[in-house]
Amino acid sequence: MKKLTKVSLITLLTVLFISIFSIVVFAEGAGDPTGIRAGAVDQITSQIVGSPTQDEIITQIAKNKLAVNYVWVLMTGMLIFFFQCGFAMVETGFCRSKNALHTMAMNFMVFIVGAIGYFLVGFAIQFGGVGGWASLGSGVATLNHEVAIAGWGIFGTKGFALASGGTYDVGVYALFFFQMVFMDTTCTIPTGSMAERVKFSVFVVNSFFVSMIFYPLFGNWMWGGGWLSQMGVKLGLGHGAVDFAGSAVVHSMGGMMALAGAIVIGPRIGKFRKDGTAVAFPGHDIPMAIIGTIILFFCWFAFNAGSTTNATDLRLAVVATNTMIAGAVGGFTSMMYMWVRYGKPDPSMMCNGALAGLVAITAPCAFVNGISSFIIGVISGILVCISVRVVEDKFKIDDPVGAISVHCVNGVWGVIAVGLFADGTYGDGLNGVKDGVIGLFYGGGFSQLIAQLICVAVLIVWGFGLSYGFYKLLDKTMGLRVSAKAEIEGLDIPEMGMLAYPDFALVPESVETSTYVKEGK
Amino acid sequence: MMSDTFSKIDIITSPSKFEELKEALNAIGISGMTVSNVLGCGVQKGHKENYRGLSIDINLLPKLKIEIIVCDVPVDLVVEAAKKVLHTGKMGDGKIFIYDVKNIIRISNGAEGRDSLRYDE
Repeated sequence: MKKLTKVSLITLLTVLFISIFSIVVFAEGAGDPTGIRAGAVDQITSQIVGSPTQDEIITQIAKNKLAVNYVWVLMTGMLIFFFQCGFAMVETGFCRSKNALHTMAMNFMVFIVGAIGYFLVGFAIQFGGVGGWASLGSGVATLNHEVAIAGWGIFGTKGFALASGGTYDVGVYALFFFQMVFMDTTCTIPTGSMAERVKFSVFVVNSFFVSMIFYPLFGNWMWGGGWLSQMGVKLGLGHGAVDFAGSAVVHSMGGMMALAGAIVIGPRIGKFRKDGTAVAFPGHDIPMAIIGTIILFFCWFAFNAGSTTNATDLRLAVVATNTMIAGAVGGFTSMMYMWVRYGKPDPSMMCNGALAGLVAITAPCAFVNGISSFIIGVISGILVCISVRVVEDKFKIDDPVGAISVHCVNGVWGVIAVGLFADGTYGDGLNGVKDGVIGLFYGGGFSQLIAQLICVAVLIVWGFGLSYGFYKLLDKTMGLRVSAKAEIEGLDIPEMGMLAYPDFALVPESVETSTYVKEGK
Repeated sequence: MMSDTFSKIDIITSPSKFEELKEALNAIGISGMTVSNVLGCGVQKGHKENYRGLSIDINLLPKLKIEIIVCDVPVDLVVEAAKKVLHTGKMGDGKIFIYDVKNIIRISNGAEGRDSLRYDE
């Protein structure tokens, strides 16, 4: 044995020595280990390789500029798709294990259904009249028909199935790719407030509704050239309603829908006692929820910074950093609030706090500085903690994951924050208005703030009002809620036909830890 | 042949001393047991925690239930061994329950009674 080992060792060392020797001796002249010779004139696309004309050089530069935008838009779009994983994990972590599969399946399903609705109809409604997208090239100008009333845009009509009206174009496809994942976030938010008692089939219908009508109409008014964005040019109200990455379009719309849905569907069985006090239903896997929050935080950098849709717009560095600050501060504030008030740093509220900060900064992220982001984050961290208790204790609305407090309350706060904290350094030309977006605290007066408040009013009337009506209709026709028996048993078997955790012996209903309500330590 | 008496001993205690207990039982000749995670309450009261601002009474505490069947090994020996490992004098040490068992069958070869507990064949 020892002799064999000795022989093998010597052989190994010899082979090693020969390899090293060959690498050193025979290495000259082959590769380019520092890249110093790469990127010479032969890289410029030209008729005669190595001798480009001036036009060819200009074309190459233009193409490169566009190319880096495409990479930026598509890569950030891919990261924003991963939001689905984040939301799925947050919501499932906050639910009880008997509903885990149902909750997770819903969160994946909304994407696959939403993609269909948005592809066939929604995108055209939202962007069919946007008229162009400078950072993605000239082809997006094919999206050029907006239905308007007295000059105020309502919805677009080009680009159904990404084909109608000659819209088969790389820029259109890139824009669709990017915008779809934003829409999908709105689809997934209401699943949180209605979890543990809503029918799976309801959310199939809901996702078609959101992707085809609910989201794209408001999205057109804010981002597609529609009337909310025109208030600056037509009424002198700042730059019109401004929402950089979607506190209004995505989060408030989703949050309003979550609120309406939770109201119509009612609380989970056993959530409120006869005297109206709330009972705690602890989530079955808070570590999963924390992982989900980290994923969302990570993808939020793409969500906000990607919204420049332009890689040469270096403001994206400010956007990403503001996002980081607000999210971190929001999480910290919530953590400290819970620690001081209730004695321990509740990790579920720490998650909600970070998400609240992220939601709130989503509208102002491009228009404010780091210090404003900090302040916005602090306020959102406090708002979410108060809101969770107010929604439950005062309004008797059961929201298993805090979707209303995170997305609705802080989405609206984010919209308002633009009108307060925008410092005028960015946004020249946005919505056709000169100079940067500027808010009350930086000498911009009330005009931007008023535009933002009008946006909030529309969110309430249209966002809440329409979803409330939609859910009432759905409740009358197909019924929103599963049967009481299914709800108590757990939705996994009745709705999905299988358990999330078939190997584990589930704790029977009768052994659930007893609870009673009293606020405080 | 002397009539066999079998006893079942349930030990319900806090999970923290399980390894020690297992070793103590092995030392007196017991190698087979069934262990389950359970929730329980008794004299030991629970405490309050907060979940998102709502106060919860944690009444059911996590415990370990160890089930042992003995025949040759005297019950008193098992009880003494368990008490030695688990005793702290405070609430939460747990309880031991002793039952009579009518019969034991080993499924793999059909052995019954005392033979089904023997492992040295």
